Parts: sequence; C-alpha cells; structure tokens
Amino acid sequence: MSLLEVTNLGISFGGLRAVDEFSLKIEEGELYGLIGPNGAGKTTVFNMLTGIYKPTDGTIKLNGADITGRKTADINKAGVARTFQNIRLFGDQSVLDNVKIGLHNHFEYSTIEGVFRLPRFFSTEKAMNEKAMSILSVFGLDVEADTLASNLPYGKQRQLEIARALATEPKLLLLDEPAAGMNPNETRELMETIALIRKEFKVTILLIEHDMKLVSGICEKLTVLNFGRVLCQGNTSEVLNNPEVIKAYLGE
Amino acid sequence: MKLLKNVTAPTQKLIRTVAAVVLVYILMEILIAAGCISSLIQGLLVPVCTYSIAAVALNLCVGYLGELSLGHAGFMCLGAFASAYFSKLTADTIPDVPRFILALIIGTAVAALFGFLIAIPVLRLKGDYLAIVTLAFGEIIKNVMNVIYVGKDSVGLHFSMKDQLSLGMSVDGKMIINGAQGITGTPRQSTFTVGVVLLILALIITSNFVNSRTGRAVKAIRDNRIAAETVGLPVSKYKLIAFTLSAAIAGVAGVLYSHSLNSLTATTNNFGYNMSIMILVYVVLGGIGNFSGGIIATTVLLLLPELLRGMADYRMLIYSIVLIALMIFNWSPDVQKWKAVNGLTLDGIKARFSKNKEVQ
Repeated sequence: MSLLEVTNLGISFGGLRAVDEFSLKIEEGELYGLIGPNGAGKTTVFNMLTGIYKPTDGTIKLNGADITGRKTADINKAGVARTFQNIRLFGDQSVLDNVKIGLHNHFEYSTIEGVFRLPRFFSTEKAMNEKAMSILSVFGLDVEADTLASNLPYGKQRQLEIARALATEPKLLLLDEPAAGMNPNETRELMETIALIRKEFKVTILLIEHDMKLVSGICEKLTVLNFGRVLCQGNTSEVLNNPEVIKAYLGE
Repeated sequence: MKLLKNVTAPTQKLIRTVAAVVLVYILMEILIAAGCISSLIQGLLVPVCTYSIAAVALNLCVGYLGELSLGHAGFMCLGAFASAYFSKLTADTIPDVPRFILALIIGTAVAALFGFLIAIPVLRLKGDYLAIVTLAFGEIIKNVMNVIYVGKDSVGLHFSMKDQLSLGMSVDGKMIINGAQGITGTPRQSTFTVGVVLLILALIITSNFVNSRTGRAVKAIRDNRIAAETVGLPVSKYKLIAFTLSAAIAGVAGVLYSHSLNSLTATTNNFGYNMSIMILVYVVLGGIGNFSGGIIATTVLLLLPELLRGMADYRMLIYSIVLIALMIFNWSPDVQKWKAVNGLTLDGIKARFSKNKEVQ
C-alpha cells in the first residue's frame, strides 16, 4: 500500500479548471518532486492535499484511509504537515514557542491546569521544552530559541517552518518551494538539511521546487504539472530527459 | 532578583506587575489613613479597579485573540445584574462574605455563559464585521436589562418584560429588578481591598492563560490562522475558550461595579457602547497585549478629569487633547522612529543601562 494515493483529483474555481485528473502515488520513505511552470497548479495541489481547498472531484488516501475534503487540522493529525511558499510563521512568538505549537497535539494538559499552574503544567512544559530543543538542534536553531520568529533571517525562517512542521510528527511532509529566494550556498545547505531530516525523522517528502539543481540532486521521482494536468511522471532522470518536459518547462 | 531567576520571563513580568499593584495599594491605604487623599479621589479607587479588570479582559480579546470586541460593556452589564440580583435576593439569608463570593461566581458564570453563546455566531466573522456585531450584542444586552421586571412576594418570584403592574404581586411584594430603574439597595461590598484582590486574580489568570499551551494556540491562531490549522490546532475551539474567558473576566468587573453602588441601572454611559469604547481606549493607550500598561492607562484616564477639575469648563477639552497626544506618542510611526533613534524605547533604555554596567 502506498503512503499517499491521489486519484483523479480536480478542482474548479468558477469556470477555471485549476487542476484536472491529477493522480499521484508516493511510497513510504520516498523523496518526490512536483515541478511545473508558474501557474501550473502545484500549490493548488498542496492546498487540496492539506484540506485548505476542498477538491471538486477525486480522492486522496493516506495509508489507505480517505482524507479527501477533511478539515486541515484533522489532516495534520492524520499525518500530513506542510510549509508555505510565502513563509507563514507565528511571527510574534519565539522560535521555541513556534515549535512548541507544532507539538501541541502530542502533549496534553488542560486549560485549568495551565491557568492555575498545577504540577502537570510544569512537568509537561518541561518535556515540551526538551523535545522542542532537540528538534531545533537538528537545524542548529537551538541557539536562537528565544529570538522572535519574525526577527530570524530568511533562510532560518524557512528552516524553522520545516522544524515546526516536523514537530507535528508527520508521515508525509510537503515542502512548498523550500529553496525560493535562497542563494546557491543556502540551497546547498538546504539539500543537506533535507537529507538529514529524512534520516532523523524517517519522513516521506513531497516537494515543489523550481531550482533544477536541487530537484535533480535529491528527488527520486518527479511529476511534471502543466496547465493543471500531469504532463509526465516517473524517475527523475527519465522525466528530465523527456522531450515534452523540456519543451514545456525547461525551454527548448 | 535572584529569586526570580528560576522562573520564566512571562512569570517574572507577572510577579513584577502584581508587586507594583500591591505597592500602590499599600501606599494608598497609608495615605488614606493619614488623611492626604480627598474623598473625591477615594471614591475613584473602586472604579479604577473595576475598569482595570475590564481593560485586562478586553486586552485578552484584542491583544491575544486578535479580535476587536466592542461589546465588553455588555458582559460587564450581565455580571453586574446577575450578581446584584443574587445579592439582593439573599441579602437577609446569607452572611456578607460567602454571599459576595457566591455573587462573584454567579456574575462571572452568567457573563461567561453569554460570552460563550454570543461567541458561537460572532467568531465566524472577522475584523470590522465582528466589531459591529459585538457592539450590537452589547447594546441588546443593555436594552434588555432595561425592560426586565422581577419581583418577590410570599408566593414566590414574578417575572415580566412589560411593566411593574403586570407582575401581579400581592401587597407584601417587593421589587428586585425594576425595569429602567434597575436594582436598588444592593449590599455595597466592593471596597478598594476587594477590588485590588480581584484585579490581581484577573491578572494572574490572564497572564497564566496566555502563557500556557492553550494561550500559545490562541496566539498562533492570531498570528496566522492557516498555519495554525496546518499544525493541527482546532481553531474554533481555542477562539471560543479565549472569548469566553475574556467575557467572564469582564463579568468580574461587572460584579465589582454593581456592588459599589446603591442603585444599579443600565445606561449608555455605564454599559453602552460609550463604555465599550472607553475600555478599548484604555487597552490601546496602555498597549495592545500589555496588561500592566492597560492598568496604568485606566488609572491615568480615570483620575485625569478629577485632577483637571480646577480648569472648570475646559477640562474635557484638555482631557481629549491629552488623549490624542498620548495616542500619537505611543503609536505614531514617526515618534516610534524618533524614540528608537534616541534610544528611548524600553529595549533602548535597557541597553543603555547594561552598557553602563559594562563600563563599571
């Protein structure tokens, strides 16, 4: 059974068919890339996978369970986490708190226990801090734990967003253009980070990316999207040598 | 300060705020005992506590939930009437202290219940629309309070929303809530001490709330709703909790208010949108999300008209000028820049002090 199985997914915004007959299969442990020209519908696919948009037709199955059209929060609890193209951090809170919000559903104490500072508040908060710091240290962000998230430099904000997503203990991690706006050095560091989190967190990754160096460097399989439809699917080297892909996306 | 090292930064801030409130309280008590405080100012001590609590409540809603509510005077109204009703009803049967505690619990619970019920439809809205609807709910609460008639006689309780006569009470009956005339003869138990204790309680509860797991979730929803959903937070649930708590604390302010007066009526000035906006002014001036700032702003703005009494006709004019000046000083981007350049922000001043320490 595949970890993620998407069949004939489609969505219309009024008269516009943004995505049509999109199918995708991702096996556990894979690093899968979703590429395509601007406006092809890549982020729309992500928004459907995470329940931000409700698909007009088609099904999404995670580990065999149907998650089509469920609430975003429930889809996260089922095991899908994501990052955003335009970074969406909790800017007014510290780096540590951002990750602790990601841990929210894995640690439990009631509002009453929190308000009156009962013993379980202290023990749970301590455990949460330790867990959050251990996730941050993977990204080398533990030294910035008390910094406000909005005060971090751009590259670190992207890493924090990944750290926050990983804190929810996902089976599938969706990265929306993780290398956008990064220089070649930062992109190389990002590739190392992605390799590291695959090993540390044993998570399957689906990513959208325009940086061909990154895509050809780390993705094992690719799906090319053009005008909302799948143009080509398969192993990275095959896809990137497909003449149609070269024509539509990479330029003749 | 060594003692404070083991606790987290928000707790340190809370301890400092509570200590300042206690200090001011002790100072005021000494000055009152020494006879240095005019009776006019003494009469303002309970209102200062009342509206400080209201400001704390609204700050939770505006600063942490991130939703502008213009109906908090309505929740105060509910707390005031529910508790005054209970106190009046049981004035002869329950001793003072337990009765006030019970009244406090009832007032808070009623405000919380209505806060919860109103929040269900209201929190589906955003921004201006939410503000308008909360304003409307506040007005509705106030106006409904003006037409409620409740009386008690040997038979039992009578209720009407028409007039006093339609209650049909026997001759031994006595009015408890008399429509627009409200409730008269509520036992007056809101002393300065009670006010300060309740203010400190409100401060501790809200501060602990926003710095707990639930509070973090509420702040996350405020900062970025979509991101909060994608990390698995049930958005509606946490918005409901925060709004209900905010309404409950406004209810506490209402209990304090109703027990400081002989006659309680619901008018535009005390429970209408005028008051809702006044509370918002305290919050904005004190700094959105800053509980201690709200208390300071409340105190200054309540005392100012009395201190300006010597100016006779011009006092409200000067009051509004001071208000505008403070607003500009706190919020204008140009002034912020000027303060930052000259190191007059809180961080800048701290940095200056630490630099001096290094030199020594």
